[in-house]
Amino acid sequence: MNDPAAAVLERARALVEDRKLSTVTRWKESHPGALAIGHMPVYVPRPLLEAIGCMPVALFGGGDAIDIIRGDSYFQSYICHIPRSTVELALLGDLSPIDGVLFPSICDVIRNLGGMWRMLFPEKYATYVDLPQSFEPDIGGAFYVLEMRRIARELAERGARPLDPARLGEAILRENERRAAIAELDALRREASWRCRASEAYLLVRAGGVLETREHTALIHEFLACARRRSGRPVDNVRVVLVGSFCEQPPLELVRALEKSGCEIIDDDFQLGMRMIDGPIEIAEGEDPLVALSRAYLEKGRDTASRYIGDLVKGAGLVRRVRESQADGVLFAAASFCDPALLDQPMLEAALTKAGVPHTSFKFSENMGQFSVIREQAGAFSDAVKLWGAEGAAP
Amino acid sequence: MTEHADAGARDQSQLTQKRMLAEHFDALAHAKERGRKIVYTFVPGNVTELLGALDLLPVLPEINALQSGMRGRSVGYIAEAEKAGHSKDVCTYVKCDVGMLRSGNIGPTGQRLPEPDLLLLSYTGCFTFMKWFEILKQEYDCPVVMLHVPYQTEGTITPEMRAYVVSQLERNVIPALEKVAGRKLDMDELARRLDLSARAEEDLVRVWESARHRPSPIDGYFGGVYYVGPIFSSFRGTEEAVRYYRELRAEVDERVRQKKGPMTPDGEVPEEKYRLVVEGPPNWTSFHDFWRMFSKEGATVVSSTYTRVGGLYDTGFRHDARRPLESLADYCLGCYTNLGLPARLDLLERYVKTYEADGFLVNSVKSCNSFSVGQLLMLRKLEERTGVPGGFIESDLVDPRYFGKANIENRVQSFLQMLETRRRLGPGAPLPERKEARRSLPVLDERGLP
Ligand code: SF4
Ligand code: SF4
Repeated sequence: MNDPAAAVLERARALVEDRKLSTVTRWKESHPGALAIGHMPVYVPRPLLEAIGCMPVALFGGGDAIDIIRGDSYFQSYICHIPRSTVELALLGDLSPIDGVLFPSICDVIRNLGGMWRMLFPEKYATYVDLPQSFEPDIGGAFYVLEMRRIARELAERGARPLDPARLGEAILRENERRAAIAELDALRREASWRCRASEAYLLVRAGGVLETREHTALIHEFLACARRRSGRPVDNVRVVLVGSFCEQPPLELVRALEKSGCEIIDDDFQLGMRMIDGPIEIAEGEDPLVALSRAYLEKGRDTASRYIGDLVKGAGLVRRVRESQADGVLFAAASFCDPALLDQPMLEAALTKAGVPHTSFKFSENMGQFSVIREQAGAFSDAVKLWGAEGAAP
Repeated sequence: MTEHADAGARDQSQLTQKRMLAEHFDALAHAKERGRKIVYTFVPGNVTELLGALDLLPVLPEINALQSGMRGRSVGYIAEAEKAGHSKDVCTYVKCDVGMLRSGNIGPTGQRLPEPDLLLLSYTGCFTFMKWFEILKQEYDCPVVMLHVPYQTEGTITPEMRAYVVSQLERNVIPALEKVAGRKLDMDELARRLDLSARAEEDLVRVWESARHRPSPIDGYFGGVYYVGPIFSSFRGTEEAVRYYRELRAEVDERVRQKKGPMTPDGEVPEEKYRLVVEGPPNWTSFHDFWRMFSKEGATVVSSTYTRVGGLYDTGFRHDARRPLESLADYCLGCYTNLGLPARLDLLERYVKTYEADGFLVNSVKSCNSFSVGQLLMLRKLEERTGVPGGFIESDLVDPRYFGKANIENRVQSFLQMLETRRRLGPGAPLPERKEARRSLPVLDERGLP
């Protein structure tokens, strides 16, 4: 029977594979003079960019679609893959519709890549977004507000609209609608994963990286409507949460291979930036929307490796997510040489072991082409969990 | 950094430093019985004057790791950490520290290091610091206080950055330290210590700048790591540090007067043939072998960036008793690895020119993304800007699996030969061709071989 969601998924796939950013070029043609601002993972305040009339464009590297030649000559062999493919894309001219790039403070690779960008492409705007690691509103929050004002001011000097609270408020509302749509998608995965598989959610969320918020929300709603019409039955897979893929993205085929191995990924941190704020960004009565945006990051930012844990207990958030989603286990899927993910992993593993949650780990690279070893490993994990539950699959 | 005094002839300052360190580790070993409180913190962005003013004793895990590397212990510690699930891919300082902790936490003097009463996470210039102390927090039952130091993308400190750091010092760091110390911070004592820091810093800068002489009386990298020992570690803001740097400066001035080159593991360098600038940290597991690769060829490092990770004093910064917290903030913000790549490049260019270097060398270490990412571009740009050729080697800090001695030695020698050839060709000699091509670099593997 025909899949009612096939067409919308095909559109999402085309957007994800559009490495020359033709959607962005079209957007710029219909918005003369407006800027397209790229950003590296994990999180940047996208509503801020929209509010000043810029198109935020999520950059996720070149995946498995390009052959890295020039990019390789700028990075040692022990550095992850995403910076080299991003530089390759830029040197190939594929990122030419982008007028500037934001480099958020998630690791030293992205941080230094920002410095490289300034040297390689001095004519383009590039800045670091120093996300606060102090979560007190009048310390870290105040700093973050000033950081966002700085970015808005620098972009205004390059042709963006001056920051206006009313417009920012509207952009935040649109972001909240998107968040709600993604939350619905996530709920569907958890409750009826045969209606929305991880590989599909991966495409649908990632496609939003090159769309205006409203369009992205519409795309997800369209999928949800189609997916609900899908017939099917629950598959006998183990339910897993996947963590560690918040920056460099695993190839889609790897996600599919995991699904085929018997692991139903019902929660993940792919393209985490789109879900970074847990729930809506609330603007209190009379509050400056910029302060609300900052407050949302402080109060509702998701646990992830690049965010300081403070007094919280490492791994507690992950265990909670496992429980809430009724997952059977966790897959750690970190990009090779990814410091944040790999330094976090032993702490998270310890928390899971203590909580009796089975887990297994592997590393990937965005351009890998062979998945058989990982597939076998995930298959063995899924079999062990099915047969013996938490005890049998304990590492 | 205690081994230096064992190698080659000893200057008085080396003996002084050795004694200072021994006393410090002894104080640490007896801290608990003497009721002294312990704060673990990092070298870049350390606020030693604040700790000292509250009579708190610092432990610097990076220093322990490098000491373990020099004493041949790191390989076992790293294996221990990897066995416990720490990835092969991440910084070996962290794994060395975790392994040391699991093996009884024995410090460089053979005495046990005390457990921390507080982890002061001076989050400056390195992402790994945050993870490192999150890991230690799981191992020790003690509080952590974060000091988030913003990154100097543009190589300048904005009022917003400074205010953010100062407010964390006032609102988070000082109260946490006071709580551990059981007393209030005496601002006069802090000011006194900042004053002492500035005096030691002044002498250190003179020592660094002595490398303008020919021959340079110091080696600013291999020797330089000893010179920065006291100021990087626990002694900034003390009378002892002031005395040490005064003594060191006097010795260096005397070497200048006598037109002597630097001390090395094998004694004095008879002839200065090449003057180099080095970017990146050294390897510690084969530190003296590494040094000899240069010293036996008459190559002296006239300046290095690694010796600026604990503070960038030769661009004019001094701790300032008149603006205590602001100057502590500026110190933290100004550490070398907290500078954007363009600012790092400017500094390297300045060193190459000021110290009239014949070449520069990048030692790219696998462990450290903070240093390493972007070094290949810096290499190209620095050659373009200075007309001076660069060399590139790869190794690791404390993991000997990534120190391929023969390979590194070959590379160092070819680099020095290239400098020799260029010297013969005279001004305008061509720079090495650097194609943008795949695999223009070897793959560093566990034997350190391409
Ligand atoms: S994959 Fe990991 S190490 Fe690499 S840029 Fe992303 S977060 Fe940083
Ligand atoms: S990554 Fe570099 S700066 Fe950070 S702890 Fe390791 S060696 Fe030090």
